[in-house]
Amino acid sequence: MLHRFSKFLVACTVLLILAGSLVTSHDAGLSVPDWPTSYGWNMFTFPPSMWVANILYEHGHRLIASTVGFLTIIMAVWLWTADPRRWMRWFGVATLGSVVAQGLLGGLTVLFFLPAAISTAHAGLAEIFFCMTVAIAIFTSPGWIAGYDLNAGTDAAPPLRSIATTATILIYAQILVGATMRHTGAGLAIPDFPLMFGGVIPDHWSSAIAIHFTHRVGALLVTIAIFTLFTHIRSRYRDRPELTRPAALLVALVAVQVTLGALTVLSRRDPWINSFHVVCGAMVLTTSLVVTLRSWRGSFASTYQMEPQRSRSSQSQLVSDRAHA
Amino acid sequence: MRLRNTWVGLLGIALATTLACGGSQETSSTSAKPESPSATPAGQKVDTATAGDVKGVAMIDGAVPKNEAIKMNADPVCMKENTTPQSQETYMVSADGKNLGNVFVYVKDGLGNYVFDTPTTKATIDQKSCRYHPHVFGIMVNQPLEIVNSDPTLHNIHAMPKGNAEFNNGQPIQGMKMNHTFDKPEVMVPFKCDVHGWMNAYVGVMSNPYFAVTDKDGKFELKSLPPGTYTIEAWHEKLGTQTASVTLGAKESKDITFTFKAAGATATN
Repeated sequence: MLHRFSKFLVACTVLLILAGSLVTSHDAGLSVPDWPTSYGWNMFTFPPSMWVANILYEHGHRLIASTVGFLTIIMAVWLWTADPRRWMRWFGVATLGSVVAQGLLGGLTVLFFLPAAISTAHAGLAEIFFCMTVAIAIFTSPGWIAGYDLNAGTDAAPPLRSIATTATILIYAQILVGATMRHTGAGLAIPDFPLMFGGVIPDHWSSAIAIHFTHRVGALLVTIAIFTLFTHIRSRYRDRPELTRPAALLVALVAVQVTLGALTVLSRRDPWINSFHVVCGAMVLTTSLVVTLRSWRGSFASTYQMEPQRSRSSQSQLVSDRAHA
Repeated sequence: MRLRNTWVGLLGIALATTLACGGSQETSSTSAKPESPSATPAGQKVDTATAGDVKGVAMIDGAVPKNEAIKMNADPVCMKENTTPQSQETYMVSADGKNLGNVFVYVKDGLGNYVFDTPTTKATIDQKSCRYHPHVFGIMVNQPLEIVNSDPTLHNIHAMPKGNAEFNNGQPIQGMKMNHTFDKPEVMVPFKCDVHGWMNAYVGVMSNPYFAVTDKDGKFELKSLPPGTYTIEAWHEKLGTQTASVTLGAKESKDITFTFKAAGATATN
């Protein structure tokens, strides 16, 4: 039940990220000028008849955020009272702390007229909170608790761990660059795609062009990292669906993500395409996180009493990985 | 335990803050910055007996760009107030397409140590039919600006100056008013409504009273200028600025023509 609730929280967080990206995409961040009130009303009693034009996006974002915050409180309390793992209980508290901090950053960025630094931090922390909700869903899942491959000594897979961890960090860095690009108005600093001002590299530079260029280079690096991870899993962990499935999904998502990025430029930042680009980026990040966490499952072995689950071939593969390292 | 208490405390504060802020029915507000006390600067008053005028016209050379169309369907009130196709007010031109309105013309330099009284009469910007009225205007430093919402829908008025203090205030109820003063000269301060993205306006904040906005025929007039040599600047929201130098004798009247081009501008006098 706790695991189901954690998945529900993940789904709500996806919706929250979509709502937040729609705010920025519609330039609606200051359409409700006060915080935590809305035009002087308590946020929860602000009349729906006033949710017009851009207010719909900003106020809707606040309401969804409040709902996710409330769900996170439930989640933290639930973990605190029901989960036997001490570190997991504190992880629930940390997740609640991140969503509170996220709400405060959201309020601050409104009160200070959307400074790029605070807005970018708001976007960056959103991804961390999303990762934490996904991590809770993973940590409370039957597969994780059972231990995917503990009898094989999962900490014997350093190449997979290194590749997956690197990919996840790269994706997060890429998202931060994207957030900086969004909140500094550099989304169309390079107006053409796939070329850049008609060439392979921009023929002139500004800070906005540099940020945009970095995001495109970042996309290339992330794509390479993801294909490397996918290839590694396909070649060495073919019989481990808990790795092959998210790896395949990751490849599909990055293809969609690159397409959405291109369409964002070509459509002159259509708000919905732009927003789905943000959401898809978050899903790329968390899918990579799933692979990464599962690759590190062995390090959590001492906190569980596990039953052997995996096949001998998987065991031998993990041993092989250790040998390669 | 201490950490848990901290979180509980934070949540308590957040909850109390939220509950304390109930629905508001305020119909007016003030966001003026506190005025710093300042002594009247030493200087001379303009002698109106010897003053002259500068008048002229702003023109546009070449094909006038089409104003961007506006979709107001995100707000039913705006739709109801505007039943015909709407567009931006960027290029307001005369019937023959040659003269340019909504150009802010002002004395940029040359007034030396003349001093001017701050008007006590209010300038007004009104949010009506989901537009700002006027679209371009000028006020003097510390002159009260009254911001009115005449619409039966809500607006936020968001000023984005570079030298003055930025502000963003909501006016959710029809008839609400607020006052604001700018304490530094600044040309121009943009206004926008973040609710209705098409709504924008510009105010020139001046330290002297010699400013005007061209009418739909592109005409302007700067009255009661003392004799001297002045730099006159004309500003347009898309076409940029251009300047002209004018030397004015006692009781003299001079004409200036500013000609804006789609890609640049020139001035003749």
